[in-house]
Amino acid sequence: MAGQATAFTATAQQSPGLPGLAALGFNRAQSIAFLLLLGLLLVGPFVLYPVFLMKLLCFALFACAFNLLIGYVGLLSFGHAMFFGMGGYVTAHAAKVWGLTPELAILAGGAVGAVLGVVAGWIAIRRQGIYFAMITLALAQMIFFVCLQAPFTGGEDGIQSVPRGALLGVFSLAQDMSLYWVVAAVFLAGFLLINRIIHSPFGQVLTAIRENEPRAISLGYRVDDYKLMAFTLSATLAGIAGGTKALVFGIATLTDVYWAMSGEVVLMTLVGGLGTVFGPVLGAAVIVSMQNYLAEFGAWVTVIQGCIFVACVLAFRAGIAGQLGRWLRVRL
Amino acid sequence: MDAILETQGLSKQFLGFTAVGDVSLSVRRGSIHGLIGPNGAGKTTCFNLLTKFLPPTSGTIRFNGRDITRMKPAEVARLGLVRSFQISAVFPHLTVLENVRVALQRQRGGSFDFWRSDSVLRRFDARARDLLEDVGLTAFAQRAAGELPYGRKRALEIATTLALEPTMMLLDEPTAGMTAEDVDRIVTLVKRVAEGRTVLMVEHNLKVVEGLCDTITVLTRGRILAEGPYAEVSRNPEVIAAYLGTDPSITGAAAHG
Ligand SMILES: Nc1ncnc2c1ncn2[C@@H]1O[C@H](COP(=O)(O)OP(=O)(O)OP(=O)(O)O)[C@@H](O)[C@H]1O
Ligand SMILES: [Mg+2]
Repeated sequence: MAGQATAFTATAQQSPGLPGLAALGFNRAQSIAFLLLLGLLLVGPFVLYPVFLMKLLCFALFACAFNLLIGYVGLLSFGHAMFFGMGGYVTAHAAKVWGLTPELAILAGGAVGAVLGVVAGWIAIRRQGIYFAMITLALAQMIFFVCLQAPFTGGEDGIQSVPRGALLGVFSLAQDMSLYWVVAAVFLAGFLLINRIIHSPFGQVLTAIRENEPRAISLGYRVDDYKLMAFTLSATLAGIAGGTKALVFGIATLTDVYWAMSGEVVLMTLVGGLGTVFGPVLGAAVIVSMQNYLAEFGAWVTVIQGCIFVACVLAFRAGIAGQLGRWLRVRL
Repeated sequence: MDAILETQGLSKQFLGFTAVGDVSLSVRRGSIHGLIGPNGAGKTTCFNLLTKFLPPTSGTIRFNGRDITRMKPAEVARLGLVRSFQISAVFPHLTVLENVRVALQRQRGGSFDFWRSDSVLRRFDARARDLLEDVGLTAFAQRAAGELPYGRKRALEIATTLALEPTMMLLDEPTAGMTAEDVDRIVTLVKRVAEGRTVLMVEHNLKVVEGLCDTITVLTRGRILAEGPYAEVSRNPEVIAAYLGTDPSITGAAAHG
């Protein structure tokens, strides 16, 4: 696939990053994009609705986590809603029933993502290509039915009126603005962690596996272990994203574990640019904005989304960030 | 004879079709052993069996005194039996240097440290550059491996394989599709790197086989037809018959011999 190839432009052509940011693994273009992103995070809540931005950031983290798998290991999971949705339920439950502080509740969401990730990954990773996708989908459907039936999820109603609580038990997050900074910090930490993973010794092996799995095996790498680790990391971050979203809206529902949510994250990543660092953030921004501003069109949103998806696949196979990078001859 | 690799009755069937049948092969430690045969003879399948990329239908494989018949491919590689592929196998979007470094990185054991910067891998750069120099790729170190011309890719593969310090290398047609100079370069390279190791190579170019190999095994339709030194095997009438019409060079070579 030509489009895909460009998104993974060789590290060979990487220009050195800005000092300081290069330590994070960013090249020059990425450093600039990152500073831009930081600026937007700081100014954003004064210009746009904080709740809208928080929603966007939760989905952006979710898409980045998903991209870690598809873009950097080449694994297409079609069941990521199970981690996102379950993360949401567990965080909501932890905050509401156990009375945990928000940071601990979010960590609980991440923990359940990790546990589910190990189990689902262990089952799915022996399968290749489309079978891998099918198994993740099947497992996600099972989780959906568990959520539908289990008493703690509240069935069709979900878990409602989840308290935002006080950060570390001290700083109240009742105000949108206070919560916004927490969400932005969670997003930024997740985003930087993913970037670190990509540029770690572990990430180097992941790249090798994506590029030529038989060769990686013949060099003595137990590739299934690496894939499982990557799957678990991705699931953990998806759980954290789901948990954060549950706190923002004070609710955890079946929507977030539904298969359509697994599809949505695929859409965001593809639209933004699979295998690019900033693509999933852009993709999430586009899709979430569309859902917000086109909400009045009701059912048509899905149709419009479908059209955008088709247009993206046809016109910019590399996604927004991939295409932009191609025009500017940089790697985003 | 001190055999480093030994198979007994090794067979592989694909849906009833015998790709490799009852192959009992013995490779002497320190030798360069050639595996030749017409297209579809089962040479690559043999390699896949030896390196555990395919499970055998029957038979056993011993490497360095250990039964490796039930091992996983990564474990076999860790024992020092490392293969190359018939179709050039590099990591195309990594740089040439990084390709070699990925192999050197195996010395760290597992690389599951996702929280650490990959700058820790720089300590392998010097060794990687040495290996690249060995195969004449120094000038290409920072290029993406996918951009290399074919012959250079094969050289890179050998450098990557050597990075693991293998006890035994399996090379599947290292000179296929190369220009004459590239072939010479690879031959010299293989001869040099074979010092202190064992090499089993599949090769169609019989000049290369003649120049490099101590012993050759001829495979046809999955079975061993003949085995021995090149001069002897190339005179074998059955071998000549098997090659007639498929590769005139062996008949030519046999005629001189
Ligand atoms: N995975 C497979 N499934 C079915 N048949 C296979 C498979 N792999 C190989 N074969 C068949 O087994 C036979 C031996 O193939 P193999 O690739 O080992 O030959 P080879 O000696 O390496 O040939 P070449 O010189 O062309 O590389 C061929 O007839 C091939 O079609
Ligand atoms: Mg072959």
